[in-house]
Amino acid sequence: MINIFEVNETNKMVEQENLDVRTITIGISLLDCIDSDLEKLNQNIYNKITTVAKDLVSAGEQIEKEIGIPIVNKRISVTPIALVGAAACKKPEDFATIADTMDAAAQKVGVNLIGGYSALVSKGMTRADELLIRSIPMALCRTERVCSSVNLASTKTGINMDGVRLMGEILLEIAEQSKDRNSADCMKLVVFCNAPDDNPFMAGAFHGVTEADAVINVGVSGPGVVKNALEKVRGQNFEVLSETIKKTAFKVTRVGQLVAQRASKLLDIPFGIVDLSLAPTPAVGDSVADILREIGLEYAGAPGTTAALALLNDQVKKGGVMASSYVGGLSGAFIPVSEDQGMIDAVQAGAITLEKLEAMTCVCSVGLDMIAIPGDTPATTISGIIADEMALGMVNQKTTAARLIPAIGNSVGDIVEFGGLFGYAPVMPVNQFSCADFINREGRIPAPIHSFKN
Amino acid sequence: MEQTKKKAVITVVGKDTVGIIARVCTYLAEQQINVLDISQTIIDGFFNMMMIADLSTAKIHFSECAEELEKLGNDIGVSIRCQKEEIFDMMHRI
Repeated sequence: MINIFEVNETNKMVEQENLDVRTITIGISLLDCIDSDLEKLNQNIYNKITTVAKDLVSAGEQIEKEIGIPIVNKRISVTPIALVGAAACKKPEDFATIADTMDAAAQKVGVNLIGGYSALVSKGMTRADELLIRSIPMALCRTERVCSSVNLASTKTGINMDGVRLMGEILLEIAEQSKDRNSADCMKLVVFCNAPDDNPFMAGAFHGVTEADAVINVGVSGPGVVKNALEKVRGQNFEVLSETIKKTAFKVTRVGQLVAQRASKLLDIPFGIVDLSLAPTPAVGDSVADILREIGLEYAGAPGTTAALALLNDQVKKGGVMASSYVGGLSGAFIPVSEDQGMIDAVQAGAITLEKLEAMTCVCSVGLDMIAIPGDTPATTISGIIADEMALGMVNQKTTAARLIPAIGNSVGDIVEFGGLFGYAPVMPVNQFSCADFINREGRIPAPIHSFKN
Repeated sequence: MEQTKKKAVITVVGKDTVGIIARVCTYLAEQQINVLDISQTIIDGFFNMMMIADLSTAKIHFSECAEELEKLGNDIGVSIRCQKEEIFDMMHRI
């Protein structure tokens, strides 16, 4: 039978170490909503989302009460809208009406974000894909809850450089239109290489076409729990360090597994995956960078950071895989700048640069995340940063992403505030040398040799 | 298996005072909730108690019970949490 120390350990994780379930995300297929009449399409989408997800929030609250662990977000992801809207949308404005519908449906069911305003263009763009991408600034500007993502590359297909070039321009456009809010709309857009179909985390969540009609995906968190566990083994060898991370990740992921099973039962929707990511928040003690410091670095970004992060990420996965039969999504350590106080401190101390962050993304689960760059950065340079990130994912057969915020009117060292879970970010310097001639070439970068496994 | 799902873990943490266990147990008895296990320690001067209770015969619903225990805790001046046993089993047992 469970003993008092085990009970106390669990409750301490919740009360003092910010253990929570970051999100229950329902993935909903909108393929059966497709219609060539735009009005009918919008009506179908609204009806489907508000029917399938109507009990999501109440189920989340019930589980929270039963097990005593906070479930911070309840969210929805849908089939990439470029596919759903292709038959009905003839111009970017048409696509933006679907964003309005998603926003209204999300508000109706009480979720704070809905993802899937997306296009998958890793090899080429259809006309609908391009229209959707061109509508992203409009869609993000006039909605509150809609998140957008674009898959620009994959190991199997290479990098769609036309898409990369376009996204540099689109990002600047979004930054410009939301400049009175510190270009905050950029936070709702992420570009991917090898985007997973079952990611529950925003802004990159969408419901892939390989998925069932509706699934429950759960994202756990718990950097604070890992850090506290590591405090107890300070100075010990790598075996002890690895073992401690693994055991802690196991416990954290078990919570996600339980929540996913309960939610699946309560909502009568099949369980998809648990995403066992270490997702930080700006709250004190909820930082991935602080884990790296606890491992022995003065600041995240110091020499050794990539190795420490590689170890952390791998042990989190090893512990997590044992805890759940179905692990998916991004699964690993997130290293956003603005959402992690330890990372912000590292930037302000001058310990970490964009280039070091890029190196770190080779060994962790996502990519350049929530990084503010000067607002006068040229579109081609932004595309260059994106292309580099895509190349890392393509060659290493992993998911990489970029969520950059060109902070209009701000320069290096300025602080831009986003508020709430998004925190604030110091504007980081970007390499000033041009890559325009490279980015302006047309076409795509071929798939790497190791993609030919047939 | 069904039976374990009816089990709840009740934890009481706070400043030690007369009659904490009595008041919690009185409440549980009123609701026809059977106590299966009880353990108590003092950690850093704080009263720490854990009970495993069987809610299968309870007159009230789990969530109601959790809310009322929380209220009772506020009255006594301690923190009372009532959680399903599953969460601890998941975390600490393979």
